[in-house]
Amino acid sequence: MAFTEEQLVRYSRHIILSEVGGKGQKKIGKARVLVIGAGGLGSPIALYLAAAGIGKMGIIDADTVDLTNLQRQIVHHTKDVGRPKVDSAAEKIKDLNPDVEVVTYQKYLDAENALEIYADYDYVIDGTDNFPAKFLINDAAFFSKKPLIHGGILRFDGQLFTIIPGESACYRCIFPELPPQGIVPSCQEAGVLGALAGLIGTLQATEVIKLILGIGNPLTNRILTYHGLETLFREIKIKKSPDCPLCGSNPSITELTMPVQEVCDFNPLEAEKKDQ
Amino acid sequence: MIKVRIPTPLRRLTGGKGEVDLEGTSIAALINTLDIEFPGMKERLCDEEGAVRRFVNIYVNEEDIRFHQGLETPVTEGDEVSIIPAIAGG
Ligand SMILES: [Zn+2]
Repeated sequence: MAFTEEQLVRYSRHIILSEVGGKGQKKIGKARVLVIGAGGLGSPIALYLAAAGIGKMGIIDADTVDLTNLQRQIVHHTKDVGRPKVDSAAEKIKDLNPDVEVVTYQKYLDAENALEIYADYDYVIDGTDNFPAKFLINDAAFFSKKPLIHGGILRFDGQLFTIIPGESACYRCIFPELPPQGIVPSCQEAGVLGALAGLIGTLQATEVIKLILGIGNPLTNRILTYHGLETLFREIKIKKSPDCPLCGSNPSITELTMPVQEVCDFNPLEAEKKDQ
Repeated sequence: MIKVRIPTPLRRLTGGKGEVDLEGTSIAALINTLDIEFPGMKERLCDEEGAVRRFVNIYVNEEDIRFHQGLETPVTEGDEVSIIPAIAGG
């Protein structure tokens, strides 16, 4: 399909890049990306993918916009408080770029719906804020063979990496099991610098665009970590693990189930109070 | 001295410090020293049997100790040890 005059102008700064060109821009226009979570990470992901002219974007989030979200979740505005996040996000995406087909799912991803939803997309991006979801997203990506861009943030730090199921290290190759509840605090408990979500989410969006275009080196088999207070990026080499419970040679996870987070017998936040 | 990088979720134990310099010849020795300086560190990194918890990864010079000798992986002067836990915020 040929570009319209308006599209040629809209995407001109992409098309002028020799690595993208008209051909690459058409790939972007045909790509189908599922964004899981319309929060801190999901906001910049959704906005940059919309601006880039992604063909179809699925957004899944069960929550409504809360006032505490606005410090970092830039796809939502003050007037959106109380609205379903997916509706608020879909409206901004359409305002930014009417070319994008947006599909909203106002629900939680679970073991029953994940594979069916994934089936309509080529790539998955994790913008969720809890361990059961992050493990489920990884496991579903493995079973449906969809490339996944993982991301996580906490306080001033973030991490991300790309998973090509069956080929590169998956989340469970690195973290075979969920941390028990309370061991690793959430942003709600420990806080997060708002702009950090923008940084990590934007890197995730960049990595998916690279995969779509087939350019550069994907962020596979390495974790990129960002340390905001030191203003430092670090890269850690990782490997696909033969002992991975999911993608290893003798997997214990053979079908998609909801990962369960055990309750922990100590809480680091309480420990902090005691220590001081 | 060996530089040990402390991840965000464990910095509450180090008074906010992101890096500490320690003496030690193996990862196991470093963890014991860490626990003496910052009590509570070991139970967060290791389980009751003393094995590294499965949601924590330890790297020497950006190489996973699981692909070396685990807790017995030797460390020498100038090595850098990173502890990377899973983080869930988004
Ligand atoms: Zn794996």
